[in-house]
Amino acid sequence: MSALGFKNSLGISPQTLQLRAARAEVLANNLANSDTPNFKARDFDFQAMLDAESRRSLSMNVTSEKHQRGTVDTESDLLFRNPYQPSIDGNTVDSQMEQSFYTENALRYNSSFQFLNGKFKGLKGAIKGQ
Amino acid sequence: MSLTNVFNIAGTGMNAQSIRLNTTASNIANAETVSSSIDETYKARKPWFQVLEKQWDSFDGLNHKLDVRSQVGDGVKIAGIVESDAPLQKRFQPHHPMADEEGYVLYPNVNVVEEMTDMMSSSRSYQMNVEVMKTAKQMLQRTLTLGQ
Repeated sequence: MSALGFKNSLGISPQTLQLRAARAEVLANNLANSDTPNFKARDFDFQAMLDAESRRSLSMNVTSEKHQRGTVDTESDLLFRNPYQPSIDGNTVDSQMEQSFYTENALRYNSSFQFLNGKFKGLKGAIKGQ
Repeated sequence: MSLTNVFNIAGTGMNAQSIRLNTTASNIANAETVSSSIDETYKARKPWFQVLEKQWDSFDGLNHKLDVRSQVGDGVKIAGIVESDAPLQKRFQPHHPMADEEGYVLYPNVNVVEEMTDMMSSSRSYQMNVEVMKTAKQMLQRTLTLGQ
């Protein structure tokens, strides 16, 4: 793989963006269900997911033709949020907290986007020879 | 694409909250609708919220990331609208045209104070879903400028 291949030059930014978008979905679902009785708010540990994502490309060593090819299976489960103010209907969504997480997630999405965009700009510059 | 799914989720949230607002409006409008029999009297209507489970056929392959998202729902749905079984108010108004033989008139079991707080709560939740949609729109628009 050349030094200018997409996989090498873009690094972890595309996966980060995808994870941020997935987390936006999870948090949006929490917010939509802020009035649903017995709904439990979900979220995932972003760091653990990103670690799992970067380890996912590891494949098992194959020393014989008969060996099964496989990839490292990583743990990736959604967790349940501990409510700050438990409510009587069993709902664990703190809408203010969820909203702040959602906004923070969107901002971090934007910053990851900025990094990715910078990398594309660098690649473009390299192609044009500037 | 999960960001476009955020639109769907916020949309189901807005839809559910507007149905809730509708039932509140109906309850408040009918708070004084009297009748002389229990069956004919208006009863407070309440929406029944449930998590909208993800449709499995919407998955484009069994990807690792999609597996995680499959554990969450796809927004909220109204599973039904139920009538409150709280006792009706019986008032003694013998001169009322709807009064029964004993002079009683039945008023609905609508608690107007409760309906007003419900109205404010659903209005806030609606606004929250609008904000979620707005932010998702900004994120998507940003993504479209990639490489420019």
